Amino acid sequence: MCGIVGLYLKNDALIPVIGKMFAPMLDSMCDRGPDSAGFAIYGDEASAGEIKVTLRDVGSEQIAKPQAVGGRINGRASGRVSEVASGGASGGGNVGVAVNWEQLTEDLSKTFISDVSLLVNQTYAVIKVKADEAMLREHLRTNWPDARIMSIGRSIEILKEVGLPREIVDRFNVRGMKGTHVIGHTRMATESAVTTEGSHPFSTGLDLCLVHNGSLSNHNRLRRRLQRYGIEFRTDNDTEVAAGYLTWRMREGDTLQEALEHGLIDLDGFYTFAVGTADGFAVLRDPIACKPAVMAETDDYVAIGSEYRALAELPGIETARLWEPEPGIVYTWGRGGA
Amino acid sequence: MHVFDMENEGNVRGGGVRALNQRLHDLAVDDCDVPWRVENSKGAHALACGMKVGATIDIAGHAGYYCAGMNQHAMVTVHGNAGVGLAENMMSGVVRVKGQASQCAGATAHGGLLVIEGDASARCGISLKGGDIVVGGSVGHMSCFMAQAGTLVVCGDAGEALGDSLYEAKIYVRGQVKSLGADCVEKPMRDEHVEHLSGLLKAAGMEADVTAFKRYGSARQWYHFHADKAGNY
Repeated sequence: MCGIVGLYLKNDALIPVIGKMFAPMLDSMCDRGPDSAGFAIYGDEASAGEIKVTLRDVGSEQIAKPQAVGGRINGRASGRVSEVASGGASGGGNVGVAVNWEQLTEDLSKTFISDVSLLVNQTYAVIKVKADEAMLREHLRTNWPDARIMSIGRSIEILKEVGLPREIVDRFNVRGMKGTHVIGHTRMATESAVTTEGSHPFSTGLDLCLVHNGSLSNHNRLRRRLQRYGIEFRTDNDTEVAAGYLTWRMREGDTLQEALEHGLIDLDGFYTFAVGTADGFAVLRDPIACKPAVMAETDDYVAIGSEYRALAELPGIETARLWEPEPGIVYTWGRGGA
Repeated sequence: MHVFDMENEGNVRGGGVRALNQRLHDLAVDDCDVPWRVENSKGAHALACGMKVGATIDIAGHAGYYCAGMNQHAMVTVHGNAGVGLAENMMSGVVRVKGQASQCAGATAHGGLLVIEGDASARCGISLKGGDIVVGGSVGHMSCFMAQAGTLVVCGDAGEALGDSLYEAKIYVRGQVKSLGADCVEKPMRDEHVEHLSGLLKAAGMEADVTAFKRYGSARQWYHFHADKAGNY
């Protein structure tokens, strides 16, 4: 069992309070998924030519647990740029174990001859730089192996951790966040280990990510097939395979809609998927609807939750249109169409 | 009227539900004259589960999973939508949902009447064992799967594989049936069926033209053991 939540704003006036609206949604799904939580928030878009990358200091896991101090994600949330937050992660004696974000920023600035912005939140950093995506990926992989790319695009930021969702909401200061839409996940692991890498959302490409409630039964074979096509995997997780599958389909020219429709054929198992896109989100339930989902729509927002409880604190929910998405049908919401 | 506010009387995540159900379970048979009203339900699970007395309980909002499960004698009304497993294994009494119901509504119900004024989603009346279900709207796929006894009345449409592997439950549908499940067939509406259906619609407080319904039941080809080659031995 896991919990899925998503919120897409139709009314821009709510952008500053999306975190306040979203935090109780994630919190309410604690008992569906108490072992990890994560979310992808879309906002604070990079300017023309810039790319926005969310990095996680994977080395810091070995030297310190994340602390409940430090910066908040994005200037849009707090208006301030924080210092490196995690304990002992300031470089010096820990070179090679944890990342010094300021050194990394300076390095990117010199390498790509670009202004670079840095915002640190716990063991995560959000960086905006004018760079080619492939070159940036290669440079980080070669020179900063402990700074793992969690998401990349123009506006997406993926943050996820092992722990009780309620505590993760506080740790990342979700309530202070701003954005146009957000999807989140609370995990009760069934298919693979409880690790940050194995928690959701999974990045599936530029400004794209996937969260999943369910279990896939053909993920091992599909993973091997996708590996032959050059898709890389970091975990034994079934959802990562679904994410890799969508990445591959879209690389082959599918739209998101087409990729998900192909998934109905190729992904064996049960699932409710929510896919975050640059413009909004998409929802797909397996054809026999093994896993739940409830949608709500008002003039101000579209929201999804695994259960109504996740939606119960949203403003105007009393008069919202409520329904369950039909199985096997791809639903999309977006400003420009997903 | 007894008013139980889930927010005041405890936390919706556990304490409130437990406190509510304990107070309802403490009611004696002759202690049911005063109705109950549950406020701020906010989709909490297991509301008014395991009732054994004929109390009247109104849930003034949406209910979560397993609302009114195992109900005996009580009249439970949800003034909103209900989550998965509504009135699961109901034995008697009446459960009514003013809005819509999620999957597996009335699953394995042995008796009583379940009324869903809106739509019910997939697997409504799965493994029904004698209860009656009246749905004002439509039902999702695999409804009445392996249903053994009792009745499902659908005033709207039915989804795929209606009545798959059906035993002796009766199904009446007014609208379209997307597909019939294995061993489920349309059967003629005789006078006794018109009377049966009229009685259920009346009990549910629904007005519908009885002549517009079709009846579905088991072809009884699947649940008898066939020794096809017995003559060869």
